[in-house]
Amino acid sequence: MDTAHSRKERIDRGIKVRSDGIYALMSFRELSYLTLPRLIFIVGMLSLPLLMPGMYWQRVISIVCIYSLLALSFDFLAHNVGLVSLGGAFFIGVGGYTAGILNSYFGIPPILTIPLATIIGGVFCTVLLLPCLPLKGVYFAIITLMYPLFMARIIEAFDIFGGTDGLIGIDSFSNSWVEQYIVIGAVLLSLFGLRRLVNMDLGLIFTAIMDNDQAVKASGINITHYKALAVFIASAMGCLGGACITHIYMWSGISQFALDFSILPIAATVIGGSGTLIGPVLGCLILVPVSELLRDFGTLRIVFYAVILVGFILFRSEGIMDFGQRKYEQFERQTKI
Amino acid sequence: MEIIVYGTINSVSLALMALGFAMVYGVSRVPNFAHGALYIICGFSCWIIMNKLGINYFFSIFLALAINGLIGALMYRFVLIRVRGMNISEIIGSYAIGLAILEGLRWGGFKGMTYTLPVFMEGSIIIGGVPVDYHRILMMLIGIFLVAMLWIFTHYTKIGLALQGMAQDERAALMLGIDSDLMATLAMAFGAILAGIAALLILPLGNIVVESGYHVLIMSIAVCIVGGLGSWMGAIVAAFLIGFTQILTVVYIGSHFQMVVAILAIILTLILKPSGLFGKQHELEERV
Repeated sequence: MDTAHSRKERIDRGIKVRSDGIYALMSFRELSYLTLPRLIFIVGMLSLPLLMPGMYWQRVISIVCIYSLLALSFDFLAHNVGLVSLGGAFFIGVGGYTAGILNSYFGIPPILTIPLATIIGGVFCTVLLLPCLPLKGVYFAIITLMYPLFMARIIEAFDIFGGTDGLIGIDSFSNSWVEQYIVIGAVLLSLFGLRRLVNMDLGLIFTAIMDNDQAVKASGINITHYKALAVFIASAMGCLGGACITHIYMWSGISQFALDFSILPIAATVIGGSGTLIGPVLGCLILVPVSELLRDFGTLRIVFYAVILVGFILFRSEGIMDFGQRKYEQFERQTKI
Repeated sequence: MEIIVYGTINSVSLALMALGFAMVYGVSRVPNFAHGALYIICGFSCWIIMNKLGINYFFSIFLALAINGLIGALMYRFVLIRVRGMNISEIIGSYAIGLAILEGLRWGGFKGMTYTLPVFMEGSIIIGGVPVDYHRILMMLIGIFLVAMLWIFTHYTKIGLALQGMAQDERAALMLGIDSDLMATLAMAFGAILAGIAALLILPLGNIVVESGYHVLIMSIAVCIVGGLGSWMGAIVAAFLIGFTQILTVVYIGSHFQMVVAILAIILTLILKPSGLFGKQHELEERV
């Protein structure tokens, strides 16, 4: 058909329309259409440690999950609250050091340090970021980019918490299964928790703050309060990841404030699909193993994911998840004009 | 005396680093996070042209600057132009390009102590009991000359005025027939050239190392934020402020704290007065 006399149009699949309403409960076909993608994802995540050949790749899975937590927190803050935080490393570092200090100075076992580090780290990050919450756009992004650098320099300059050597001799998890199921559980829990959260009233306020903060203010809602809450949720997730990484490597040091933790989650979010929450996790599942495979090439892997990032920003800014969702829910056909 | 001499030199080099960043942001509102990468790439390209192609130092400087300008223009034309106006994508995109360049150079084997550029003039002079080498004095003079030239360029030439018009109000500039894309590309090219000039003036004092790319980026952000994003005069004043504070901390507290000062300056400025000392943004645009 000549393109001049036709155009593409997208129409929802019949099954999508049917399963939108209460009719989804009528047949197993509609039910499975709705639940299968989620079920495949959950079962897939849970069975990942079983499928991995050997210790090395099991460790990679843990790292994937930790990056996923960070990417989730970035995505939540950036696309549901409107705060672009480039400081993933800040959350990881704070959580990691908190867990490290609790474990090596006070001898608290990992099973307690992780929840404690999540809460304490979250509060610490929120309090430090509190003065910056009124900032918008570029300003908030720059200040969050500076925080991890600042923390690293402070630790280096004052030579506290082990200085440049970091805290060593921290307890590890009792075995690798515990380690992996803790991080996988954390990812699944925060993923579905956040999905629920953004659809609640609270999520509505967050979205409103992103779209028009003046209007929210005019409705008598204290936006700083809600922004702080959002930052607490996001930073607690990051700190959880940090605490896990400390116990996995039995070490916490300045490199936990490294830019790696800030840039890779962002790349994963852009690739996976921003604003979808599940996209960032998919992005991490792709990016982290690929960058593991490229480990032999040294710093070339950073070049590699920077280039992918730029490519996706320019040509596929919707990301994998939105693309996949469109294909799943709609079909395309040519129509005459 | 020592503090005054070294403080001034440090301040001028900070101002040199930051000018390019301030220029690009001022004209096109794109925070160019690849600034540090452009700085380093100019040093390396000058080194390659001089040592591998055997062209003399003087010409290789101009060649390296031209290459840098070209890289800046291409970067804007093909990448940044597509994400302009989207704050997140601008930062992430330009930062990713910078990261790719810096880490690519590191992978390509440009590390260690082997890469140095010769100083322009050997020897030193004693000012008020402090020995200062000629190169640093030359650097200061060129820096001051550059700022003066830039001022003349933006106030008395057609392109300069067009750039200023863009910076003040892009839509009005468009109505008056100023091609905003072309101007922004030009601004990016000039920004890259300014980064290159800073590199060629500062790098002969030490080795060319990839890490200093990140350092330069942070310092130029610090200077621009404290001075007010988009304000050139503010950037120069802020460069002196931070420059002297740094030297004072090095003398009285310790050299570890040099970087802490810069980062603390960014954080404090953003918290207290995000538009900086001389920023012209409206209060509502930047905070709630």
